[in-house]
Amino acid sequence: MRVMAQMAMVMNLDKCIGCHTCSVTCKQAWTNRSGMEYVWFNNVETRPGLGYPRSYEDQEEWKGGWVRTPAGRLKLRSGGRLNRLLNIFSNPKMPSIQDYYEPWTYDYETLLNAPAQENFPVAVPHSLISGKQMNVEWSANWDDDLGGSRQHAAKDPMLKGIEDKVKMEFDETFMFYLPRICEHCLNPSCAAACPSGAIYKREEDGIVLVDQDKCRGWRMCVTGCPYKKVYFNHKTGKAEKCTFCYPRIEVGIPTVCAETCVGRLRYIGLMLYDADKVLDAASVEDDHDLYEAQRAVFLDPHDPVVQREAEAAGIPGDWIEAAKKSPVWKLISEYKVALPLHPEYRTMPMVWYIPPLSPVVDVIKDTGYDAEDHGNLFAAIDALRIPVEYLANLFTAGDPAPVDLVLRKLAAMRSYMRDINLGRDPQAHIPEAVGMTEEQMYEMFRLLAIAKYDERYVIPSAHGEEAHALEETATDCPVSDYDDELMELSGPFGEGSGRGSATPVAVENFRMLQTRQTSDTLVAGGAKRGRVNLLNWDGKGVPAGMFPDSEKDASVATVDGPAQLDGPHARPDNTAGSDGKVT
Amino acid sequence: MSTFLWVIFPYICLAIFVVGHVWRYQYDKFGWTTRSSQLYESKLLRIGSPLFHFGMLGVVAGHFLGLVIPQSLTDRLGLSHEAYHIIALAGGIPAGIAAVVGLAILVYRRRTVGPVFSATTVNDKVMYAVLALVIFLGMWNTIAGSLLTIGGEYNYRDGVSPWFRQIFWFQPDASLMEGAPLGFQLHAFLAFVLFAMWPFTRLVHVFSAPIGYFTRPYIVYRSRDSRPGAATGTRAPKRGWEKVG
Ligand code: SF4
Ligand code: SF4
Ligand code: SF4
Repeated sequence: MRVMAQMAMVMNLDKCIGCHTCSVTCKQAWTNRSGMEYVWFNNVETRPGLGYPRSYEDQEEWKGGWVRTPAGRLKLRSGGRLNRLLNIFSNPKMPSIQDYYEPWTYDYETLLNAPAQENFPVAVPHSLISGKQMNVEWSANWDDDLGGSRQHAAKDPMLKGIEDKVKMEFDETFMFYLPRICEHCLNPSCAAACPSGAIYKREEDGIVLVDQDKCRGWRMCVTGCPYKKVYFNHKTGKAEKCTFCYPRIEVGIPTVCAETCVGRLRYIGLMLYDADKVLDAASVEDDHDLYEAQRAVFLDPHDPVVQREAEAAGIPGDWIEAAKKSPVWKLISEYKVALPLHPEYRTMPMVWYIPPLSPVVDVIKDTGYDAEDHGNLFAAIDALRIPVEYLANLFTAGDPAPVDLVLRKLAAMRSYMRDINLGRDPQAHIPEAVGMTEEQMYEMFRLLAIAKYDERYVIPSAHGEEAHALEETATDCPVSDYDDELMELSGPFGEGSGRGSATPVAVENFRMLQTRQTSDTLVAGGAKRGRVNLLNWDGKGVPAGMFPDSEKDASVATVDGPAQLDGPHARPDNTAGSDGKVT
Repeated sequence: MSTFLWVIFPYICLAIFVVGHVWRYQYDKFGWTTRSSQLYESKLLRIGSPLFHFGMLGVVAGHFLGLVIPQSLTDRLGLSHEAYHIIALAGGIPAGIAAVVGLAILVYRRRTVGPVFSATTVNDKVMYAVLALVIFLGMWNTIAGSLLTIGGEYNYRDGVSPWFRQIFWFQPDASLMEGAPLGFQLHAFLAFVLFAMWPFTRLVHVFSAPIGYFTRPYIVYRSRDSRPGAATGTRAPKRGWEKVG
């Protein structure tokens, strides 16, 4: 057993309202640069639909991911090593900018400089690639909310096998949103395809990154990734991808996309897994077995044997604790309601999804029946084969059984909780019908419906447990801000991190956050007042408290945040940091 | 003058070549790429690029044969002058043609495809001009000099090749080049100009041939960077930007 830790995410699709906030904030944080205009590390697709880039799921065409050879070995679909090097001078299967979309801006100048005139002036779109005027014909979410789907959606690769039925009933079709980020796979085909070895998986948290200094711009990763989540920066000539916001994760705060998610549908936590078993699990013969095989790779953090092995593998104690509390572990392995996206690509993706029950609920509602009655819901799940089959194509390589079971669990939760909310006697047979206990069902409901920030995001860094205090949108009762004690106890990151602080964390520079987190003392004795707000600094002189105290030999004990009680270990990443604190 | 052209100048260029690469690798790993334009245009590139690059690999192999391996060695191996000649032409002409045709397609593409053209820097343009000229002169020397023997036959293995090898023994004899036809002189001169430009252009990508790909495991694991001074992130801060204290 070789225990490794992986930072993973689960998204609850029923709650996604398709607002694209996550995409926009991610773009603001990571890809608002020239060369990356067309890039969305986080994108939200309307399904059924083509996705971004167009039809990326059609691996016959795009050759992403792994295939199993008849001999039972895994091979990149785009060919072996020699083949890749022979094709290095021009990648045969790289999406063109048109497959993503040609980015554009508008000629606002015309609007601003227009003289008073009879007709309104018009801002014409200009391509950000060629600079010429262009016709906007496609974008990252052109078929948003099924717009133009009569024309496009039929080409959705995931409708394969059910396209006739769907077309017939298109007027009453179902629809849901699928937010996508890089899957930070356990068996990443992007890394395998990189000739330079520039893409690596971090040992500590499994985040997959591109080393910008080692990347030589061969573009093989773009083809290698079946989710098309590595992008080519056409200005710098290097590949870039979703970073899982590692600078934030390192200091214990969630990714930008999760932090800003309006539906609060994202869960971040650790998964422990057995790295020795990954390859075997990814090579099982039947595509339908991949979901179970991947789940079998995960290790139960409550198991003492696993804990011992994890410790032996150098995983710090507070990480194991965090793995126990991980909402991701609960959703994937305890309640078994989260499913991987496209396990058939055999990359062992680590962003999982709770499939939406809403297509089923909507149909019942439209017919006027009670959409919260478990009998009706179960019957509808049985009857509505099209959404179920479609979801199965996305999440279980086409096997409807696991999707069926998940939807039943969600349906059961719906009707079981209604009884409780209406003050009626809870009916124990409902959870039983889906193989859950009443407590489990209630806990699952809590996690899915009302979990607070620190339950949705369990990110182990030295102070992860305090993370919810950083959220800008209040998850706590605002009155608690007036609690004197809390006012005094400025948060572990120093000023600006405590409850009731006015400094929004999302605009904080991550280096600043890290300095604060790792500086040995709470600056100026832990009170806010000693700190200088740089935004208000007039540039004259060096006011006291402008620079954090940086005594190298101060011991851990000087930090009196509650989170430190777990032990001296901040996180493995930090061990040799220049702060000299972590040992 | 001749000493400058065929002794001093090559050394200057080679020094720039070596020091330049070391310097660039130290300070600009991030810029070490050829800034592919495949995202903008794929069809022409799909034909032109492999044609050019494989052609060039052939051409480089040919130069190795002609410049580095002395005539005395092939003589001793019993390869007659005629036989060598035929081998050289049979290998060189197809490779050369592939490179020239590939280059023509690539230059055409660069000029006519709007986004590709606007992504072309002055640096690129100068480099392309010199590169194209060197290739053109090389082809001219092969076809006109060796194949059609316009202006008399010239055995470069008596002149250019020994001179080239002498450069690496640090005693080049300028008179060997002086006797060479103008075409060869220009080809050699511009080639050294190209060497001097090399580290400062996208040509550096030649030195990133990913040979290690054959032997490394598919998935690379790496620990989070813990070099002293690195704040967060995966690379050490730039010189002068290290964390204070
Ligand atoms: S989803 Fe992410 S980790 Fe997986 S293959 Fe694609 S880029 Fe790599
Ligand atoms: S994890 Fe960060 S980089 Fe990745 S999609 Fe979310 S916001 Fe973007
Ligand atoms: S912010 Fe949340 S709710 Fe909005 S589109 Fe993104 S995932 Fe969906």
